[in-house]
Amino acid sequence: MGKTKASGFMPRFKLKHYIHYIVIALFLIVMMILSSNGMLPRATITLLSRIAYSIILAVSLNLVVGFLGELSLGHAGFMCVGAYIGCYFANFLHTVIGSPLVVLILSMLVGGLVAAVFGFVIGLPALRLKGDYLAIVTLAFGEIVRNVIKNLPFFGGAMGLNTTKYKPASLFIVAFVVVLLVLALIQNLIRSKHGRAITAIRDNEIAAKAMGINVTFYKLFVFVVSAFFAGIAGVIYGHLNTPIIYTVFSYNYSIEILVMVVLGGMGSISGSIIAATLITYVNFVLQNKLSGDLAALKLLIYALILIVAVLFNNAPALRPLREKLNFRRLAEKFSKKVRHPENIRDDDAAWNRIDTKIKMDEILSVELQPNGAFEPDRKKKKKEEK
Amino acid sequence: MSILLDGLSLGAIYALIALGYTMVYGIAKMLNFAHGDIIMVGAYAILSTLTMTGNPYVAVIAAIVVCTLVGILVEKLAYKPLRGASPLAVLITAIGVSFFLQSIAQLAYGAKSRPVSLPSFGNITIGGVQISVATVLTLVIGAIIMAALTFFVKKTRIGRAMQAVSEDRGAAQLMGINVDRIIMITFAIGSALAAFASLFYLMQIPSTSPTLGSMPGIKAFTAAVIGGIGSIPGAMIGGVLLGIIEKVCQSISVISPYTTAIEFSLLILILLVKPIGLLGKKRREKV
Repeated sequence: MGKTKASGFMPRFKLKHYIHYIVIALFLIVMMILSSNGMLPRATITLLSRIAYSIILAVSLNLVVGFLGELSLGHAGFMCVGAYIGCYFANFLHTVIGSPLVVLILSMLVGGLVAAVFGFVIGLPALRLKGDYLAIVTLAFGEIVRNVIKNLPFFGGAMGLNTTKYKPASLFIVAFVVVLLVLALIQNLIRSKHGRAITAIRDNEIAAKAMGINVTFYKLFVFVVSAFFAGIAGVIYGHLNTPIIYTVFSYNYSIEILVMVVLGGMGSISGSIIAATLITYVNFVLQNKLSGDLAALKLLIYALILIVAVLFNNAPALRPLREKLNFRRLAEKFSKKVRHPENIRDDDAAWNRIDTKIKMDEILSVELQPNGAFEPDRKKKKKEEK
Repeated sequence: MSILLDGLSLGAIYALIALGYTMVYGIAKMLNFAHGDIIMVGAYAILSTLTMTGNPYVAVIAAIVVCTLVGILVEKLAYKPLRGASPLAVLITAIGVSFFLQSIAQLAYGAKSRPVSLPSFGNITIGGVQISVATVLTLVIGAIIMAALTFFVKKTRIGRAMQAVSEDRGAAQLMGINVDRIIMITFAIGSALAAFASLFYLMQIPSTSPTLGSMPGIKAFTAAVIGGIGSIPGAMIGGVLLGIIEKVCQSISVISPYTTAIEFSLLILILLVKPIGLLGKKRREKV
C-alpha cells in the first residue's frame, strides 16, 4: 500500500489504482505486436477474445454480487439478449454501413442497451426481494430468455442465429479496448460517492437508507450497468462464434461466471480479472482433452471451488485459520517496520505524528486511558499476538 | 379430464419436492439449491438397486435410505459450518453442492440418460376415463405422505420443536431445543420426501440423467413460492396448481413451446405482487 510519511491534502497518484489498465494495456500491446508478426497461432487469438469477454462478464457480475451483495444467476441471460439483439442488428447494419468496425461498435451499443433495458426490468423485483428470492428470479429470467428466443423464428430457433464472423486477429484488439473502457468505468464508479453508496447498501440496507442513500435508485442502477456490460460481452461473443445457439447461455454458464467472481474474491476487481483469465484458459486447455463423461470433471472443479472458497471465507469456525493466512496482513508484516506505539502527550506536534488516514474497510477504535496513554486498538492487538 | 389428472399427478410430484424446500427454508432459513439433485440421487439409487436385485420394493427403500443419508451429509459438511454466515455465502455453497452432486453422478453413470424399468401397472378405467395406475398411486401415496407430514409437524414433540425453531431460533434454543439436531432432522425428512418424488418421477418418465433434478427442482421451488414459502399446506396447493398449469399449457398448441417461460413469469409475477405467496405468513424485518 502506498503509504508514505508525507502527509498533505494533495491528491496523490496511486499506482495500485491504475495497475489493471497498465497490465492489460501492456498485455494487449505485446499481443498485438506478436499477432501482427504472425507469431500467434489461431487458437491463441481466439482464446484472447474469449478471455476479453470473460473478463467483462466477471467484472460486471462482481458489481452485483460483490458490491451490491445480491446474487444474480441470470447473467448469461443478459449476455444472451445482447448477443442475439446485437448480432441481429449487426447483420442488418452490414447491408447499410461498409465499415466493419463501425458496425461492431454500433452493435455493441445496441446489444448493451437492450440488455440494460432487461436489467432494469429484472432490477424492479430486486427492489422488493432480497437474497434467495432475487436469486431465483434472476435464474427464472435466464430460463425465460432462453425459452422465448428458442421459439422466435427470426432468431433461427434451434438452428441458432447466423452472424458475420469477424477475424479473431482484429476482434481481440477491439475486445480488449472494450475491456479497458469497462474497467475504467467500473473502477471510477466504485471509487466514487456512488460506489460507496452501493457498498453501504450491501453492508446494511436499513442503515444506508437512514443515511439518505436512495436505495431504489442504486439497486436499479447497478442492475442496469451490469446488464449493459454483459450485453456487450454477448455481442463480442456473437461476433466470435457463429451461429449463436441459445443452449450456450444456460444456467450452467451463469454459474461459470459466478465461479470466476467467487474464485477471484467477491468485491475484488483484480481478482475477477485474474480468475476470469485463469478459468477461460483452463477451459480452453481442457476442452480438447476432456471428452465425453470426463467433462464432468470441470463441473466437479467448479463445485469444489465454490464450496471450498465460500466455506474458507465465511465459516465462523475457520476464523483463526483465516487470520493466519491473510495474505494482505502477512505482506504488511514483512514490508512494514513494526511501529512501536508510543506515548503521545497532548500537544500539537505530538498529535500530528498520528496517522489519521483511514483506509477503506478499516475499523479503528481509539482507547483513551486516564493516564494519558493513547494507542489505536488494532496496534495493541497486534502486539498481543506476538 | 385426463389433462387435469396428469396435472394432478405431476402436481403431486412438485408438491413433494416443494415440501422439502419449504421445510428447510422455514427452519434453516436457507434455500437448499441442491434439493433437486437429491431427487437425481434417488433416481440413480433406484436404478442401481433395481439392476442389482431386480426387486422394486428394495429399490424404493434403498432410495429413501440413500437420499436421507446424502441429505444429512450435505447438511453436516457444507451448510452447518456456515451457520451464522451471510445468506449469500450459504446460497453459493448450495449451488456448489448442486453442481457437485451432478458432476459425481455424471462421472459415475455417464451423461447419457439411462432407462429405468419399473414394473408398469397398466391402466384402469374409472367412469369412462382411462387412467394409468401409476397416476393413481402417485396421487394416493402423495396424499398419505402429506397427511402424515402434517400430523407429524402438528402433533409430535419433534414436529412442535420444528415449529418453534422456525418461529424463533434463539428462543427455541433457550427453551432447551437442540437446534442443530432439529435442522438435521428437517434435512433428513426433506430428502426422504425427495426419494419419493424420484420414485413417482420415474413412474412417469422412466429414464434418469445427471441433470434430472435441476428443472423439477426449480419448478418445485416456484410451487413453494406460489403457495407461500415456509407453509406446508401452501407447498401442496402450489405444487398441484403448478402441475395443472403446466399440463394445461402443454395441451394448448399455440403456447405449449412457451410453457417454461409462462411458469417462471408466474413466479416473478407472484413475487412482485404478493411475495408471501398464497398461504405464507407475513414477516416483519427487524432492524
